[in-house]
Amino acid sequence: MSLLSIRNLSVSFATGRGPFRAVDRVDLDVAAGELVAIVGESGSGKSVAMLAVMGLLPWIATVTADRMMFDGRDLLSLSARERRRIIGRDLVMIFQEPMSSLNPCFTVGFQIREAMKAHLDLSRAQRQARAVELLELVGIPEPDRRLSAFPHQLSGGMSQRVMIAMALACKPKLIIADEPTTALDVTIQAQILDLLLKLQKESGVGLVLITHDMGVVAETAQRVCVHYAGQQVEMQDTRGLFRDPHHPYTAALLAALPERARGRLLPSIPGIVPGLADRPTGCLFSPRCGFATDTCRTVPPPRAGAELGLALCHTPLVAGVPQRREFAA
Amino acid sequence: MLNLILRRVALTVPTFVALMFVTFVAVRLVPGDPIEARTGERGIAPERLAQLRHELGLDQPVWRQFLDYIYGLLHGDFGVSIVTKTPVLHEFLILFPATLELAFCALVFAVVLGVPAGVLAAVKRGSVLDHSVMTVALAGYSMPIFWWGLLLIMFMSEYLGLTPVSGRMDLINYYFEPVTGFMLIDSLLSGQEGAFGAAAAHLVLPSIVLGTIPLAVIARMTRSSMLEVLGEDYVRTARAKGLSPLRVVGLHTLRNALIPVVTVVGLQTGTLLAGAVLTETIFAWPGVGKWLIESISRRDYPALQGGIMLISAIVILVNLIVDMLYVAINPRIRHG
Repeated sequence: MSLLSIRNLSVSFATGRGPFRAVDRVDLDVAAGELVAIVGESGSGKSVAMLAVMGLLPWIATVTADRMMFDGRDLLSLSARERRRIIGRDLVMIFQEPMSSLNPCFTVGFQIREAMKAHLDLSRAQRQARAVELLELVGIPEPDRRLSAFPHQLSGGMSQRVMIAMALACKPKLIIADEPTTALDVTIQAQILDLLLKLQKESGVGLVLITHDMGVVAETAQRVCVHYAGQQVEMQDTRGLFRDPHHPYTAALLAALPERARGRLLPSIPGIVPGLADRPTGCLFSPRCGFATDTCRTVPPPRAGAELGLALCHTPLVAGVPQRREFAA
Repeated sequence: MLNLILRRVALTVPTFVALMFVTFVAVRLVPGDPIEARTGERGIAPERLAQLRHELGLDQPVWRQFLDYIYGLLHGDFGVSIVTKTPVLHEFLILFPATLELAFCALVFAVVLGVPAGVLAAVKRGSVLDHSVMTVALAGYSMPIFWWGLLLIMFMSEYLGLTPVSGRMDLINYYFEPVTGFMLIDSLLSGQEGAFGAAAAHLVLPSIVLGTIPLAVIARMTRSSMLEVLGEDYVRTARAKGLSPLRVVGLHTLRNALIPVVTVVGLQTGTLLAGAVLTETIFAWPGVGKWLIESISRRDYPALQGGIMLISAIVILVNLIVDMLYVAINPRIRHG
């Protein structure tokens, strides 16, 4: 049984120009100890979908789903109080901006011990000991001294290590890491990612890694979800996805990887992700798609079967060749 | 840290120099002089006028008077009141506890009501509660103090008969020698039954009147500061830990949101002491404000100069303390 199971998750925001659907019928399954990557450009609804799972969206957001189960509990029917008992203990999140994600007014130690105080039955001394242990675990030297440091005294990489320590404090079952290395220096990015993966492997915790780094995905994830403009356009195991992408968007993303480029110019995807005002009527990717037909531009695409990576496409690719399907309306 | 304090103290020197000059000039810009103010319309013999002016040093050139004034100030001498013939500092110290007591109660009223109102309005942003709080705050900020005071006296004292109209104490029922000058404390020390209640009752209306503008400012400042902090990433982190809303708002958000509010509260001491002039006049409150108003009509130059200097010094001092407090509550400055 999967640890996290989501069906048809949609999130819409009330805006001045009417509701905006940031996440559109997304499915996700994560088994215990599994590493699933969600990739997509900025604005493709990756973070919003995961914030919805955490219940951290602002009140202007409306979340609907057919199913949102975590560890055998239905997140949709839980009261706010019951949900808070899971959030921060079994289900935790690491954010994109470590520097601004720590409260400037409290010491690192206070912020690490806080989740333990809320969720675990530990004495003050035990919490302190665990905090020291956690900082050691995430590779922070002189943990005793660092616990009394304030966030502004830490570098970005250190802050993210603290955030990871904080996430691990209550021995969670699933970590959602929302682009955990994006805000960091390139040299630090690899360190933090290695740390996260090492800890994931050692502790057997499930990990949802939101990223837009395909290289990271190829090295780490067991399965990949590709998001585009709020929709999930493809989901495959990593090996299959890199060998034979079925959605033209995935194919274009992979073609844009520098290590796969053959010509002098790096291939790129023309255009930008559609916003609230310029949503196409048919397939959302059709304006940028090299394989788009008239049907693609007018009729929303159906979802293909698992053998075609659940691609949301009229003409899913097989070995780079579009397959016209009779049942596609 | 010590360096920071010394730097801030040094910065107050130019302020004081400017103050000495402005008070000295402003006081003399008021038409008439102390002698004319006392003799009134009956007139006075020119020889007698000249003699009195000479006694008070008013026949000296203005620059000479200014130098004398500064010389006195530098020696801690605030001059002697022309009217009462007592040292200005002595008179100020007798009256100041009354003003301080009033200002303190007004500030407590403003903070105790203003901070929670601002927090609630921010948390329930866009709700009826938010709109009501902000409307009341705007009304409070726009209300002329003297008119608001009269309205309250008419309603609370005259119509409902709940509070005394004016003064600090029921002198008919209670009499005791001042020990600290603070009526709330002295009434307790006197041991007379009901004295404390009477002193507190006299404080209610003046405190509300004086505290209304600071209340409005604090409520609005708290609200906007809270709204800003509620959108911060670290508040989301706190919620992601599964903490209760009370802890997220009351600890993680409020702690950060209060940093600018503390500054505003400090700035309100100026408003309070300025407002005390009007409030004390309305409620016949025997404090520094009322004394200054009376000194203006008497053209009591030393009392005015000294009184304004002392009040300004207190405002500057409070702001200095607030700056230090700011350092204490904001770790980013403390360890900067």
